[in-house]
Amino acid sequence: MSSKIHDEGSPGAVEPLPTDDDIIIIEHAYKSFGKTQALIDASLRVKRGEVCLIFGPSGGGKSTLLRCINHLERSDSGTIIVDGIPVSDAKTNIDLVRAEVGMVFQLFNLFPHLTVLGNVTIAQEKVRGRSKAEAEQVARQLLERVGIPEKVDAYPGQLSGGQKQRVAIARALAMNPKIMLFDEPTSALDPEMIKEVLDVMLDLAKEGMTMVVVSHEMGFAKAAADRMVFLEGGRVVEEGSPEELFSSPKEDRTKSFLSQILE
Amino acid sequence: MTIATEVEKSESKLVPWTSRLQKMPWWALILVLLGLLVAYFIFVSPTYQDAFFFLVSGVRLTILVSVVSFVAALIFGLVLGMGRVSKNVVFYTISSLYVEVVRGIPILVLLIYFAYVLTPFSLMLLNALGDVMLRNVAIAPLMGFAERLASLNIQDVDMLVRAIIGLAFAYAAFEAEVFRAGIQSIERGQMEAARSLGMSYFQGMRYIILPQAIRRVLPPLGNDFISMLKDSSLISVLAVRELTHLGKLNRARTFRTFETWNTVAFLYLILTLSLSVLVKFMERRMAFDE
Repeated sequence: MSSKIHDEGSPGAVEPLPTDDDIIIIEHAYKSFGKTQALIDASLRVKRGEVCLIFGPSGGGKSTLLRCINHLERSDSGTIIVDGIPVSDAKTNIDLVRAEVGMVFQLFNLFPHLTVLGNVTIAQEKVRGRSKAEAEQVARQLLERVGIPEKVDAYPGQLSGGQKQRVAIARALAMNPKIMLFDEPTSALDPEMIKEVLDVMLDLAKEGMTMVVVSHEMGFAKAAADRMVFLEGGRVVEEGSPEELFSSPKEDRTKSFLSQILE
Repeated sequence: MTIATEVEKSESKLVPWTSRLQKMPWWALILVLLGLLVAYFIFVSPTYQDAFFFLVSGVRLTILVSVVSFVAALIFGLVLGMGRVSKNVVFYTISSLYVEVVRGIPILVLLIYFAYVLTPFSLMLLNALGDVMLRNVAIAPLMGFAERLASLNIQDVDMLVRAIIGLAFAYAAFEAEVFRAGIQSIERGQMEAARSLGMSYFQGMRYIILPQAIRRVLPPLGNDFISMLKDSSLISVLAVRELTHLGKLNRARTFRTFETWNTVAFLYLILTLSLSVLVKFMERRMAFDE
């Protein structure tokens, strides 16, 4: 480990030291599904307000790492601390942590039996205990912000993929989360819909939201990411600022992977 | 080439006419005609009329037993079904044991077993509990209750009650499996989305999974209700005066075997067929919504 002073000159290469700034701390996480090792000694730190992009080949453990943050996946061993709360501790009431961590899924996972408004209000009412009127006001504001105020009374089945994902983002934001997790948010979308979702995410990043994004959208990475993490075979192969990884990756594997997806 | 197409054309003109004839629901027509025949007999023949008015009071009880038992079976079955998908080992084991045991015994045997073995046995236990309380607990407000427990008699439990509870217990096992299938048919991502928003497992079940699962299982539940209506005839062995038992009584009373059982079958058919039309309608609406 090099000292902090040493890195001062090169922006983006700040050594992740354990400070109060780190809202997400994952240390030495292991996870296996049967014989497959999904995570091997994976460690990750995300600072408050940072946008962290996780990328790598499929089966590399990207989604598993992301899902460990809000405990949708239980790590076999290792420490995971989110906003000072040990998620991996069995005594932690995980529901309280999850309420502070929004998540957006690849396949949207909207609730098909509820309207768009219902999707965005239900957790506010049942988890946050907000009144119906208050929840609806928040929902309408958010739907305005993601650009689909006219769809409040539609059902998810009546929306396009891009619209669904924007509702899903609004649904997560309605809980006023401290962190937003995105699990390949644009992978299931038609090309022309990817932009409308990325625009919403860019706005969010500009507003200073802490975001962990699993994605191969390198345009988004260049525009918004503070840090990029390359994951393969369950291991963190390399991490650094977008400038570093795009211009001079340290590992050959990172270089070849990036050159493939940037083609 | 042109000839061939002309032949095809002339044939295709013929096809709708014959196929329409083939597609006619002849069975429904025959059924309606048979129904009209029985209705006609009931209208004109005094022996049929006699049987009909004697039996029709049993229809009320058949419907009552079916509805009450089915509602109870739904509630109990929902709890069992949630047990079948639960990660809690105790809850899962108890539910699975119940479902496997009850589904493996004929309903007729279950009814008899419940009415003549389990009910007396539970009463014995309650009597013993009452005795113990009378001897050992010297609290005044409880004394009346204890005396009541100790003096409970097997005749205090009406056969109708035993029949309803027996049917409910038997059907709960089937409904549990319907609910389990319904819950498992909902994509895993739904619960994950609910949990990621901070909902507890039970909130996720209640607000997200069950509303979708129950919609999906409405048609099979409807079919099970029709089965329940038919199986309610089994409680005639417990001498509950529902339709089938009244049929037996009427035959013994009048010795009119044909009239009696024709009318009984006719009345059951009216009930089940009108219900199955309802279920079909429901199925079509569900298909349309999805």
